[in-house]
This record gives sequence, structure tokens and C-alpha cells, in this order.
Amino acid sequence: MIEVQQLTKRYGPTVAVSDVTFEVKKGEVLGFLGPNGAGKTTTMRVITGYLPPTSGEVKVAGYDVVEESIEARRHTGYLPESPPVYTDMRVSEYLAFVGRIKGVPGRDLKKRIDEVSEKCAITDVQSRQIGKLSKGYRQRVGLAQALIHNPDVLVLDEPTAGLDPKQIIETRELIRGLSGQHTVVLSTHILPEVSKTCERVVVINGGKVVAVGAPDELTHRLQGFESILITAEGPRDEMKARLERVEGVTLIEEREVFDGRATFEVHAAKDRDVRSELARAVVESQWRLLELRTSGMSLEDIFLKLTTRDLSEEESAGSARPETETKEQ
Amino acid sequence: MRNILAVAGKEIRSYFHSPIAYLVLAIYSALCGFFFYSFVATYIVQVFRMMEMGGMGGPSPNINEWIVRPLFEGILTVVLLFLIPLITMRLFAEEKRSGTIELLLTSPLTDLQIIIGKFLGALGLYVVLMILTFIYIGMLFIYGNPSALPLLANALGLFLFGAGLLALGLWISSFTKNQIIAGAVSFAAFLLLYVFNWVNSYSSSLVGKVLSYLSLTTHFDNFAKGVIDLSDVIYYVSVIVIGLFLTARSLEALKGRP
Repeated sequence: MIEVQQLTKRYGPTVAVSDVTFEVKKGEVLGFLGPNGAGKTTTMRVITGYLPPTSGEVKVAGYDVVEESIEARRHTGYLPESPPVYTDMRVSEYLAFVGRIKGVPGRDLKKRIDEVSEKCAITDVQSRQIGKLSKGYRQRVGLAQALIHNPDVLVLDEPTAGLDPKQIIETRELIRGLSGQHTVVLSTHILPEVSKTCERVVVINGGKVVAVGAPDELTHRLQGFESILITAEGPRDEMKARLERVEGVTLIEEREVFDGRATFEVHAAKDRDVRSELARAVVESQWRLLELRTSGMSLEDIFLKLTTRDLSEEESAGSARPETETKEQ
Repeated sequence: MRNILAVAGKEIRSYFHSPIAYLVLAIYSALCGFFFYSFVATYIVQVFRMMEMGGMGGPSPNINEWIVRPLFEGILTVVLLFLIPLITMRLFAEEKRSGTIELLLTSPLTDLQIIIGKFLGALGLYVVLMILTFIYIGMLFIYGNPSALPLLANALGLFLFGAGLLALGLWISSFTKNQIIAGAVSFAAFLLLYVFNWVNSYSSSLVGKVLSYLSLTTHFDNFAKGVIDLSDVIYYVSVIVIGLFLTARSLEALKGRP
């Protein structure tokens, strides 16, 4: 539904986005993750036709955003970071205006306004002036505006920024509800948001794509080993020595020792499940096994790992996309 | 066309949602009213004076020359110099400040549809101003007998004059997200264009002639006399076209940077 091919965008001498390539399939929710200033907004602005790319090609619903810009824009709904509302208009009046300029036929307009108002839970404020609405409502009016012409592609720039926790949850549910019928691209620098709403993630840093994949797939790929946390009650040094002898264990570290209990972090070769052997070793030695679990990397770890500079050293271990050599640019 | 009308309708509505329309209308009708009254009063004094000198039966002074022309050429053009910036300063500046420009530029609208829509919206408010003028002028028809054709020439001239300023103001508004700056720069630019023909009085060089030709005032002369000269019409239409064209260029440049 969206194809971005080697997209580069420069503002004068500054490179905002460099050689970005990714694809979004129909009905998918794609998260665009990156620190502030990574080039998320710029990429989205190119997709929506607001900015022309310096080089590269972007297609939305099969239409080139430069060559067939109007057609591409017809298939795109866009919610910029701050909702683009006219504060002196009433909600219904605003939606009617946006519907008209987005090509909703006059006879369907009223029906569409009611539909999107209901979807975005703004029916009760339809006759209120937008300037007098709270931030949460304005955000939902912005979302309703993006949906009014029932676009194939929805581009949402930080849709939950500035909302309170309850509104954030509601917005996420709304976005999840949109997947399937719409293809959604949303950007965020908030990590839990990605794992909660997106099926696939593009991590971007310094204008470059550093990783693409499903959130848990990324965790798996980036970690060159299995990591297991084991807590048991027993003599600490003996336990450590015994666990080290288990076949497949590459590293063992003491994490916490408290009241006769010890927690170890055990690393094993990738794709090798050593849990049952670890459990047997503990139980056979008559120690009491209290806890045994795998610990994946959290999204925070991945994010930090991907966006810090010494990535190139770690690169040989992981299999993230090798984009690091040009990162200093 | 539907898109253009949607944008134009939005502009007109937002003028009347905000105090701007009412402010502009109030200032205009107050100034227009005062000067209309004062020209009428001068005219009446003149009529009495001529009656004293020539007795009854002499031709009374021409209403068009004594009221309509000074009102349009001397006063209304000057009033427009500072009222038009009030109308145009928000057109793009406000959209840029509030971020709604992103909505317009990512909608399936061409740049030209946006520009013409905005221009027509502003022109709509301007037409309301002109209608106000004709309420005053209408009174002349009730109590006197001005000739209609020169009056129409004046009206056409004023309409084109205002439309030209609107197009230039629209362009200037696309430079900045600050309405005050847009307004101030527009006023300064309009004033310069207005006084360019003064150069004529002290310079007969080529530069002087060119500047004088460029001046908005030079081309109002014929209209004020009641003459519709095609070259003057072409001048004002060119000003409008150039203003809109430059706005289109400016909008394109806008997309190159955030």
C-alpha cells in the first residue's frame, strides 16, 4: 500500500532523511520509532505529499506522491503532530469543510460526518467550537478529519502526544480498530506504544532506517544469545559452579543474592533451550528452585542499542540491518 | 471549481467568525460616512454660492465631480491602503501558524485552487465593503441626479484597485507565520506603490516614467474621470495575475523547507 524507495530529503545542507526504504502492506499498522529529530515527521510529510523528496520514490496506493500527487493525496488521511483544526469553527462545520476539499460527494457528506464522529467519539461535541475543546477532543477531531474521506492509508504523527493516560488508551484502541480496513503508519518516540499498537516497526535514527521487523522479532534478532534468569535457594558458589557445567551455557552472572537465595543470569547459545537442564541440575542437587524464566530484551534495550553509536561493534553478534557505517554523516 | 468554492466559503465564514470582518466594515463605513457627509456639505455650500452669484437657472455643479470623484479617488483608495492588509494578513500567515496549512497542502487540492479560493474569499469581504459604499452613493440618486456611467467607471476602478491590493497582500501573507508582519509589510508596500507617481513631479528620467507607470494611482486617474481605458484595466488585471502567480511560487518554495 505504501512503498518508500531510497527516500532522501535534504533541507539545504542538512540531511533529514537519507536512503530510507520500507514497505507497508494493506491493512497493516506500521510503527515508526525513533528519537526526536530522527526524521520521522519528514518521512511522513513526504508520504502525505506535503514535502517533495530530494531523491527516491514514494508510492501510496500505487500512485507516485510527486507525479500523481493529487490522486495519491485522495487516498491518504493525515493527522500532523498538532491537529490541523480551525479553532473558530464548529466541529461539524470543520468536518464538512475537510470533507468537501477531500472530495466527499455532497450527498454523502452528512452521513460521513456522523460516521466518523461516532467512530472518534466526538458526536456529543459536534456543535461546539473547536477552540473551546480540550486537547483530547481536538486530537480526536483531527483523527476524524483524517478519516472523513475513508482513505486507504492513514498517516498519524505522534497521535498520542499530549494526551492523558485514559485518552492514550482510548486512542490506541481506536487505532487498533482501524487496522484491517485502513493501512496505518504512526510515528512515536514512546516505546510501549509500538508494542501495543503496531504489527511491524521501523526504527529510524539520524535519518536512517536501523531496523525493521515485528517488535518481538526485533528482540530476538538483536540478541545474539538466549538469556535466562534462575533463582534458587542454596549455597551460592556451589550453585554457580554446578550451573556453569550445564551443557550449552556460555556465561553465568550473579544478579542478586538475598537471604540465602541467589538469582543468576544465564546466557546460552542462540536457539538452544537449556531451561530443563538447568532445572534438573538445581533439583538433583537438592536445592530449591524458586524461579526460572527467559528474559528477552525490552523494547527500551533494543531502542538504546539501535540508536547508540557503538552499534557497529555489536553488529557482528546481531543481525540488524547494517546501516551503521554511514551514521556519522 | 467545487474545491475553489469550498476554500472561498471557508475564508468568508472565518472572516465573519472572527472580529476582523466587523472591524473592517465598521472602520470603512465610519470613514466613508464621514467623508461622504463632508463632500456633500461642501457641495451644498458650493451650490448656494453659485446661486448667489448666477441667480436661479444656471447649471448646478456636477455631483460626480464634486462628490463621487473626490470620495473614490481621494479618500477610498487611501482607506483601502490600510484596510486591505487587515483583510489579507491572515490568509496564509494564520494557516502557517496554526499548522492548518498542512491540511490544505495534503488535501487533494492543487496550489492554484487554494490560492484562487483564498483570493475569492477575501474578494467576497471586499465586495461587501463596496456594497456599503453604494448605500451612500444611492442617497445621491434619491436626492440628486448624478450621471450613472462615470459612477460605474469609478466603481469598476475601485474594485480593480482593491482586487490588485488583495492579490499582493495574499502574496505577502505567504511569507510569514506572523500576521502583524504580513500586515505591516503589506501596508508599506501598498503605500510605496501608491506614491510612486510622485516621482513624476521631480524626475522625467526613464526610471521616473517606469516608476510612475507602476504606481497604482496613475491608473486610477482615468477611472476617476469616468473613462474606462483598456490599458488601465489591463494594468490592474496584471497586478492581480502577478500577485497570484507570485503566491503560487511562494507556496512552492514553502514546500521545500519545513
